[in-house]
Amino acid sequence: MASIISIDRLGKTYASGFSALKQVSLDIERGEIFALLGPNGAGKTTLISIVCGIVTASEGSVTVDGFDIGRDYRATRSRIGLVPQELTTDAFETVWATVSFSRGLFGRAPNPAYIEKVLRELSLWDKRNSRLRTLSGGMKRRVMIAKALSHEPDILFLDEPTAGVDVSLRRDMWNLVREMRASGVTIILTTHYIEEAEDMADRIGVINKGELIVVEQTAELMAKMGRKCLTLYLAEPMSSIPGALEDWKLSLNADGYELEYTFDVNDERTGVPSLLRRMSDLGIAFRDLHTRQSSLEEIFVSLVREGS
Amino acid sequence: MMADNRVNFNAHGVWAIYRFEMARALRTVLQSLVTPVITTSLYFVVFGAAIGSRMTEVDGVSYGAFIVPGLVMLALFTQSIFNASFGIFFPKFTGTIYELLSAPISYLEIVLAYVGAAATKSIVLGVIIMLTASLFVPVTIQHPVSMVAFLLLTAVTFSLFGFIIGIWSKGFEQLQFIPMLVVTPLTFLGGAFYSIDMLPSFWRTVTLFNPVVYLIDGFRWSFYGTSDVGVVVSLVATLGFLLACLVVVAWTFATGFRLKD
Repeated sequence: MASIISIDRLGKTYASGFSALKQVSLDIERGEIFALLGPNGAGKTTLISIVCGIVTASEGSVTVDGFDIGRDYRATRSRIGLVPQELTTDAFETVWATVSFSRGLFGRAPNPAYIEKVLRELSLWDKRNSRLRTLSGGMKRRVMIAKALSHEPDILFLDEPTAGVDVSLRRDMWNLVREMRASGVTIILTTHYIEEAEDMADRIGVINKGELIVVEQTAELMAKMGRKCLTLYLAEPMSSIPGALEDWKLSLNADGYELEYTFDVNDERTGVPSLLRRMSDLGIAFRDLHTRQSSLEEIFVSLVREGS
Repeated sequence: MMADNRVNFNAHGVWAIYRFEMARALRTVLQSLVTPVITTSLYFVVFGAAIGSRMTEVDGVSYGAFIVPGLVMLALFTQSIFNASFGIFFPKFTGTIYELLSAPISYLEIVLAYVGAAATKSIVLGVIIMLTASLFVPVTIQHPVSMVAFLLLTAVTFSLFGFIIGIWSKGFEQLQFIPMLVVTPLTFLGGAFYSIDMLPSFWRTVTLFNPVVYLIDGFRWSFYGTSDVGVVVSLVATLGFLLACLVVVAWTFATGFRLKD
């Protein structure tokens, strides 16, 4: 597949001296769902803002469909729809007016039938004559998505689309994203939830402290990231880890009340069942257990270590 | 799906912003139109009836009629600045400016839309004030073409000026600062309510440094054919101010000042 967005050694240093992006190069393929994964402050929004024209890059270049974002900004911006992270809407406009406004602003002739279709898909049709300030947060986010789709973009940016969003909207949104992809729209979303990136994206780029650490097919990256941590909450505290449990690399936390075991889910033998059996043999009782995916921080550490 | 890349004027975009701004005024029609009409009527009650009845004619024009062009100009200055500055400041304040910045619209088109809408609103207001005034005093227009030209030029110039203020302002206080503390005093001291010939010669000389004098004077000439400084000087001064505003706008956008990081 040919790339629709091509980012070449992009850098951004703000007036304060803060370097938000460092030499980022990335190609987004036409028609894919790409997730930009990283903690808050990693540079995700800065990257999106540069491509959309809201922030000026300090160095490097970006082309969209072969057009330069600076020289050919009309061509690039008319292809892009952006749903920003912050909920910013005009208070007194109606839903219909604000979505129609966006279409005009992006240089498209009025098309009430298309606006109606977008509003219906986002369950906003009943609210079309409501003023924006009367809408709930979830409804406002739907309006912002409708605005981004109003000019029939080829590329859709969703910046932290599920931050503060309820379950039903999240489900609707992912359905919509899948439908849009099916119709040929390229989608770039940012998130700091690994699970979300894993569910949605064809490819994932991991960004941290302004640097793109890795870009991989989702399945391959998940294999690398597939480390989990098992925490056992003990009934009685331990002063040290018994010698009989030496085979598992355990750590003792919370004043001896918690036993932690990190394992690779992709291994044929995770070591979890045998660990639990051995503990039972030794008469070590536990009140509860909990497993979690490695945190982003832990993944970054391991990815950076792998890279070097 | 493809947009036409050869299009180099986003007419739909300009129209969308223009309509948005006009809709904002229609929502607040009480504030936009009724308030200025009441204010103007009050000026006539105070200056026209109460004080004006004890004043002699100015340059052969009754005092009540003499102040009409000045009142219209005062409204044009303040409303053009207010409308244009608020129009561009508010999206910055609420954050909706992201959409404007990410749209395929040039700075020139943005200026055209905001300034066009602000100027339209203040011209409508100016006309309403003139009509209101004609209910109180006999208003004659000796040079209609020149009157329309000054009306248009002033509305556009001060809308541009307001747009600049809106972009530069970091808060509501700064937004109010120039209109309240610079423009209104200069207008009151700039011959809105008197002919500068009525001043002692020293103050008359001082007043000639007030740019507003030239704007009001040319406009008043269009009505009554009398002028303190000459209509050509007025026209040149107005065009000069327009040019200065255009230069500042161009420079502001060239540097991305206060809109983009």
